[in-house]
Amino acid sequence: MIHFADITRIFQMGDQSVYALNKISLDIAAGEYVSIMGPSGSGKSTLLNIIGLLDQPDSGCYELDGKNVTDLTEDEQAQTRRDKIGFVFQSFHLVPRLTAAENIEMPLILGEIPPEERKSRVAEALQAFDLQSRAQHRPAELSGGQRQRVAIARATILRPKAILADEPTGNLDHSIGAEVMMLLETLCKTGTTLIVVTHDRELSARAKRHIGMRDGKIVADTS
Amino acid sequence: MTLNDTLLLSLRAVTSYRVRSLLIILAMALGVAAVVMLTALGDGARRYVINQFSSIGTNLIAVMPGRAETSGAFLGATMGRTPRDLTLKDAQLIGRLPQVKRYAPLNVGVAELSAEKRLRDVTVLGSTADLIPIRHMNLAQGSFLAHDSEHSAQIVLGAKLALEFFPAGNAIGQRIRLDENRFLVTGVLASQGESMGYNTDEIVIIPIDYAQSLFNTTSLFRILIEARSHSDIESAKTAIHDTLKQSHDGEEDVTIITQDAVLDTFDRILHALTLAVAGIAAISLAVAGILIMNVMLVAISQRTPEIGLLKAIGANAADIRHLFFAEALWLSLAGTVIGFLLGQFGSLLLRLAYPQLPAWAPAWAILAGITVALITGILASLLPSSRAARLDPVKALGKK
Repeated sequence: MIHFADITRIFQMGDQSVYALNKISLDIAAGEYVSIMGPSGSGKSTLLNIIGLLDQPDSGCYELDGKNVTDLTEDEQAQTRRDKIGFVFQSFHLVPRLTAAENIEMPLILGEIPPEERKSRVAEALQAFDLQSRAQHRPAELSGGQRQRVAIARATILRPKAILADEPTGNLDHSIGAEVMMLLETLCKTGTTLIVVTHDRELSARAKRHIGMRDGKIVADTS
Repeated sequence: MTLNDTLLLSLRAVTSYRVRSLLIILAMALGVAAVVMLTALGDGARRYVINQFSSIGTNLIAVMPGRAETSGAFLGATMGRTPRDLTLKDAQLIGRLPQVKRYAPLNVGVAELSAEKRLRDVTVLGSTADLIPIRHMNLAQGSFLAHDSEHSAQIVLGAKLALEFFPAGNAIGQRIRLDENRFLVTGVLASQGESMGYNTDEIVIIPIDYAQSLFNTTSLFRILIEARSHSDIESAKTAIHDTLKQSHDGEEDVTIITQDAVLDTFDRILHALTLAVAGIAAISLAVAGILIMNVMLVAISQRTPEIGLLKAIGANAADIRHLFFAEALWLSLAGTVIGFLLGQFGSLLLRLAYPQLPAWAPAWAILAGITVALITGILASLLPSSRAARLDPVKALGKK
């Protein structure tokens, strides 16, 4: 599913070159549940961004779903993100002026799916994430857990191959965080690859495979 | 993203940031309204002047004694001579020219009008029957000095004078005195109000012979001539000039003014004035355009995380560019439409306040105002929207 070969990402900090990722090679199979742990600046977010095609490696080769995606044009990258990847962020990143239903609908709009089909798929998603009663509420009127559920509904509405979650419970209470994780894990069980970046050990422990990172390198990879 | 969704989503953004949108629409609207109203004012003034000129007659030529010289001394003056008078004989000579449809010699003076116990000073015009059609005057009652009746003591009263002297409305057939002479009232002018400087409601008209003896002069104030057609004006002017030169022993001592020439000058001046105010108003449109650019740039920096998110869930650069472009387009479109309505409303108020002023914005000005507004709006949104499209998604998402 995800194949990294010698992926390197360098950031210029003043006159210094910092290796955010240093010749990373990694394989993640479809349906895997992977956690990535490491201290701040270890490169775990950069790794997630490159997997999600938000960022491009400076060298190396990345194959997603059997296809080399290293040299895609920006528009092709956008399309791949839309169809194969779902992002879940620590700070939810909902559009504040749109309702919960409209936020969930956004990827369908970008995918130019006809309005009638959009309506029924959004309704399904609202039901699946127990948000029917909140459909017409704006993000500011929702609790943290509800917001993250909306974000997950949005991330999964186009049935992506992989869900990339960056500290998905970082802004949530412990119990609500656990609920959100259970939602994500349920999705994983139906065949979606789930990659969670965190520095919460307890959260990391829930995953089947644990990748540890330090200074742009993978220092541990246990199942 | 489909065009329909782009338009709906950007409209959503416009309506969500209400204060911001209202202010920017107001700025644009005021610019467009300024163009519409100021050109309405300018063009209204132009048409007002043209109307005034046509109200005094069409294809008019006026001959007045004396030569208007703007340079050098008048030849006659240096030789100790005054210009020759313009006489009734001159007027009759002009009347025989083929290009002349009709003519009216004119004398003007002031005399004391009295009847029974009423008495006042009035402006007296001495002329012939043709004055009425030449000057586009109308009679309310009676008849004007009948043709070939220049020798009978008839008088025509202005509307206001008739009412003052004969409140019962029975002016026709009454006797009235002008200084020491008795006149028979044969007509009353229709009320016309102010026209080119003097009020026709407060004048009296008597036959030219009586006027000349009343004011003890043989010289005419001027001769009004109506040419047969618009195309005859120039040749009529030349013919009049030649005729009078011959009759005045070769001296060129009259001034001939055509209504057309004066009208043309006013038309040009006022048209230029309209263009100038339109230009000034257009500057406010440019300012509104820069405001739109500013507001859109601020919107983009405020909504950077949102742009990052859109990119993360699969929006490409074109989607983002179109969204912000459409948003700016909505703003300038709304501003333009509201400004147009505001301008038309303002012009309507102007017309209500000054009924004589036909304050209609000319079509070219409305078209130019709207076009300039939309083009500025579009140009102003190009830079912000392409900047939004170029944002790096990782950095955009990371921005708080």
